[in-house]
Amino acid sequence: MANLRGKTAIVATAESDLGKVAADTTIFDLMGQATHRALEGCGLSLSDIDGLFVSTSQSRMAAMGVCEYLGLRPRYFDSTQIGGSSFMAHITHAQAAIHAGMCEVALITYGSTQRTVSRAAASAREVNAYEDPYRPMMPPSAYALAASRHMYEYGTTREHLAEIAVAARKWALMNPVAWEKEPLTIDDVLNARMISHPLTVRDCCLVTDGGGAIIMTSAERAKDLKNKPVYILGTGEEITHKDISSMPDFTKTGAIQSGQRAYAAAGLSASDVDVATLYDAFTICTLLFLEDLGFCEKGEGGAFVADGGIAPGGRFPVNTNGGGLSYCHPGMYGLLVLIEAARQIQGVCGPRQVDGAEVALAHGNGGVLSSQCTVLLGAESTL
Amino acid sequence: MADEAKSPLAIFYEHCEKGELAYQVNPENGQAVFYPRAVAPNSAQPTLKWRVSQGVGTVYATTTMHRRGEDPYDISMIELDEGFRMMSRVESIDPMDVTVGLRVKVRMIPATETDPIYPVFDPVEG
Repeated sequence: MANLRGKTAIVATAESDLGKVAADTTIFDLMGQATHRALEGCGLSLSDIDGLFVSTSQSRMAAMGVCEYLGLRPRYFDSTQIGGSSFMAHITHAQAAIHAGMCEVALITYGSTQRTVSRAAASAREVNAYEDPYRPMMPPSAYALAASRHMYEYGTTREHLAEIAVAARKWALMNPVAWEKEPLTIDDVLNARMISHPLTVRDCCLVTDGGGAIIMTSAERAKDLKNKPVYILGTGEEITHKDISSMPDFTKTGAIQSGQRAYAAAGLSASDVDVATLYDAFTICTLLFLEDLGFCEKGEGGAFVADGGIAPGGRFPVNTNGGGLSYCHPGMYGLLVLIEAARQIQGVCGPRQVDGAEVALAHGNGGVLSSQCTVLLGAESTL
Repeated sequence: MADEAKSPLAIFYEHCEKGELAYQVNPENGQAVFYPRAVAPNSAQPTLKWRVSQGVGTVYATTTMHRRGEDPYDISMIELDEGFRMMSRVESIDPMDVTVGLRVKVRMIPATETDPIYPVFDPVEG
């Protein structure tokens, strides 16, 4: 396999408006807004974009929608749809396409109006004749089932999971665009409305609108642009199942494999990572990914997050934007996971900036722990 | 395939109507397969054989679902003794008393005008 380490870089990122957008705003309004915000001042313009990567649950043919809306005519496009981790896959695919000369400047974009139009309207329900009779609420019930198994095998507690929600909230309070503005305690999480035991509503991600854009190009071209380049050091992908009934082992995710591939490509290990953004659709996600990506041993995630372990000032900074739990979760959150990791490397995160962050890990999750994609990002010093 | 006029799901329902929990095995490697499929997974040869489970298994994972305006109810993953796993519901006890490791036995919930027949489980006596 070709060595792609450091051959491509993220050169611009932007969020669209987040939270709750104006009535009748479309997903393409949000993607267009984020794309223009990303391009502003970065040294590239809309006409430089010749590669497009986009997927959403709200449009079956999203690439056409973006091309039409922005007037793009890219020579390369990809709408890989594997849920919330799609955008990490897009990074991997853009990296390959840029390296192969099939495009030079790639736009990766996403937008969702799921809060405005309702979650049910934002994504079509799929039939599973072997699960539907039991009326699970998907996705929360799937993650609750995984949590129950982790608790049984490793003694993980609801308090451990609550620590993750509290840490996310503390980071969110340092992020001016985060949805949540009030402090949260362990007791608040435990006593919140139960959704699918052991997960309360505070163990579950937000339901917000929002979107974003990332511009990627070759390392050579990145050097001539205005922003500090964020190099793609390594990526990995894995799919283990689609529906939760078929997950091979409820306590081990495909992040084990995607992480190993990303670390191998980057020549790095978990101990080299300065900051991690881990797709936290539910509190159990953060815990599983900390274990599966090697930040602690399998079964020790509870101890790792205990006593503010991943909160500001803790052992290891995770989800510094406040995460899907407290910052923003617009249906598929992976693009925003990548944006925060890239910004940590650029050193532009203000009060929540991790001092001297040179290597960031962004991890995406899709479906019900079904698709896992890991991206390692680095500053120029890591090349 | 033995019965090309019927889908795997239709055959599964036919067994349910007889009070049987059906699953499939790959005769080449003995692997138990669930949900029922037209062809075998992880296998160079596609053929699957239907089997009837003894209907006894162990709770692998469990959650209690809370929906507004409804009583809480159980959703569990059951590992059948023959080596396959399925989603189901444990009945006859409080949903919060369903624990991982609980031994359970299958029972059918008859079809209604709106819903097909489907299997649930009760704790094994004693």
